[in-house]
Amino acid sequence: MSLENPQLNARGALQHLLTIEGLPREIVLHILDTASSFVGIGERDVKKVPLLRGKSVFNLFFENSTRTRTTFEIAAKRLSADVINLNVNTSSTTKGESLLDTIDNLAAMNADMFVVRHAQSGAPHLIARHVRAQPHIHVVNAGDGRHAHPTQGLLDAYTIRHYKRDFSRLSVAIVGDILHSRVARSLIQVLRTLGTPDLRVIAPQTLLPAGIEGMGVRVFHDVDEGLRDVDVIVMLRLQNERMRGPLLPSAQEFFKTYGLTAERLALARPDAIVMHPGPMNRGVEIDSPVADGGQSVILPQVTFGIAVRMAVMSILAGGS
Amino acid sequence: MSAGFITGETLTITGGRLVDPGTGVDRLADVHVAAGQIIAIGAAPAGFSAERTLEAHGCVVAPGLIDLSVRLREPGHEHKGSLRAELLAAVAGGVTSVACPPDTDPPLDEPGLVDMLRYRAQQAGLARVHPLGALTARLGGERLVEMAELAAAGCVAFSQADAAVVDTQVLYRAMQYAATFGYCVWLRPQDAWLSRNGVAHEGEVATRLGLPAIPAAAETIDLDRMLRLARMTGARVHLCRISTAEAVAMIRAARADGLAITADVSAAHLHLSEEDIGHFDSMMHLAPPLRSVADRNALRTGLADGTIDAVCSDHRPLDDDEKQLPFGEALPGASGVELLLSLALRWGLESGLPLPVVLARLTTGPARVLGMNMGRIVPTAPADLCVFDPDGQTPVTVAGLHSQGKNSPFIGQTLPGRVRATVVGGQIVYGG
Repeated sequence: MSLENPQLNARGALQHLLTIEGLPREIVLHILDTASSFVGIGERDVKKVPLLRGKSVFNLFFENSTRTRTTFEIAAKRLSADVINLNVNTSSTTKGESLLDTIDNLAAMNADMFVVRHAQSGAPHLIARHVRAQPHIHVVNAGDGRHAHPTQGLLDAYTIRHYKRDFSRLSVAIVGDILHSRVARSLIQVLRTLGTPDLRVIAPQTLLPAGIEGMGVRVFHDVDEGLRDVDVIVMLRLQNERMRGPLLPSAQEFFKTYGLTAERLALARPDAIVMHPGPMNRGVEIDSPVADGGQSVILPQVTFGIAVRMAVMSILAGGS
Repeated sequence: MSAGFITGETLTITGGRLVDPGTGVDRLADVHVAAGQIIAIGAAPAGFSAERTLEAHGCVVAPGLIDLSVRLREPGHEHKGSLRAELLAAVAGGVTSVACPPDTDPPLDEPGLVDMLRYRAQQAGLARVHPLGALTARLGGERLVEMAELAAAGCVAFSQADAAVVDTQVLYRAMQYAATFGYCVWLRPQDAWLSRNGVAHEGEVATRLGLPAIPAAAETIDLDRMLRLARMTGARVHLCRISTAEAVAMIRAARADGLAITADVSAAHLHLSEEDIGHFDSMMHLAPPLRSVADRNALRTGLADGTIDAVCSDHRPLDDDEKQLPFGEALPGASGVELLLSLALRWGLESGLPLPVVLARLTTGPARVLGMNMGRIVPTAPADLCVFDPDGQTPVTVAGLHSQGKNSPFIGQTLPGRVRATVVGGQIVYGG
């Protein structure tokens, strides 16, 4: 079986964005640099550039997400693309049309790009493999199962670079539900690619996947110990359905043992920044004074997210 | 025909290298067949002149292979596979006897269903079919089946296929009841709770790819329960599709302790590991999941030293729509009965094992599991034979597969060995 990188074309250029894994450092840096040039566009009166004029971008959300879909939609529109939103809110195992039939139909409508969110890890890979004979079609993974959320990882890296400049001396802590988190996986991979020396994950054992150390992180169960002297704290969202059950006894106990409070934030470096991919559960993983405090960069993350998604889309489809 | 005892069709296989692990024979010798039986090895009986001759120079003549897990998909799953295509795939792979798990729809839990399956298999006239009866009604894990009735209808053992018997009280009673009549119980150890929603081995690959995981302990915890119940009940237990190093060690220890158990492994698990999932290749979604390289190596060693009696294909034809899905949604399993010999040969070559040892795991080993006197080339034995070129090659292609299911993790590979002819009951059913 082929282990060649399915997201690069024969010339080594980006064909799809499926995961951060295996993405060369130069491509990551190119995306971040391109995003820099797009940040200003959002502040102008006319928030549009014509890079994707005439292109059709299909937002294919097999799993609900208003926020991520909206940021992709804004990014595509600012690049002057035509955006078609499809909420395919059913699983392919429970109803008629299969995932690949859906893709074939949309490809026949001359789609140029699929932005895909799916509950199953690997679904964007399957789609990318399916359209490989149509090189004008690009696939962007907007989050697949627990696997990857590469644009989120890139926007997190963009935010960290914006505030910290240099990755080579940074300590970054990721706190919360690592087990189910595609955000954590993509962030770990992008920070490794950029040479971050100290990556920590902080969680109870029930929220850590087996062998996570293999991804190049240090594991902490004690949040106070894990946060000590870090430069960046990334809090993860805890899904409602996981707050009570075999993984955790209650949201209250999780907040008490892992929630980010001002006291805990004080354990990090004085200039540490606080990040969260959103949407936040205030009082579950993060205390309101911290979320709204001077060290929080949660809203700039959202702004940068649009620029990063514009960068990804323009690099994929803008040149052709 | 001059000799009075020779009736029916006659056949002589000439010039081949006869390898019979059961008797230890490994020499150039002709095999003479009449009326569906082997009548002589070496020199022909006086006055014998076969109607047909099969030229086997450069080939190995081995007992027909016995595959302990082949799904024919009838009744109920005809869109995945068809009895005729799967049995054709079997004989194309030198397999002359197959044991069929009861996970059909409806499951094989009534004598009428077993009668029908055996009738259909007989009509096909290819490989011999040995049905496994469901251990519990509808494979539901709650109610015993009429084991004696099913045995009378031709079931050779009782199995839960992939369905767990979650209630240990039921499993205990089912094993006691089977032991009462001397029936063998086939079980695949996998804890239903620890494996729930899991699609890949718990480890670095599943973690990196974000795939819901099945820990190795799902197998060993359930295996421990089964071994203890085997001890308590005296039931003869066959452990199916072992996938972890620790389970191999547990079985080795239990056998050393005198427990009447046997075990098998799937051929795919001898060659593949979690690493082969690559970029979510759903062909690598198998049950049990592909585990670590260390687990795979332990399976290879366990099969070589006899801790594991048999290698089977765990043949599961699926239709394309069931595989062309994201990894976790794709149905687990691979079509593989026609690749069994080649995959076993590759294991043997890579492990430096003599050919008779490899063939033993495909003939006498599974025959011992079935408790049947088969898989040997001796006079009066049924003439079930596999003639293959050990130096030939089998390229695995979608078009080349006889099975209705084209789902194989080995597509695109070239495997060692090539079946030239398959004989069942004295009839050349493939090649020749």
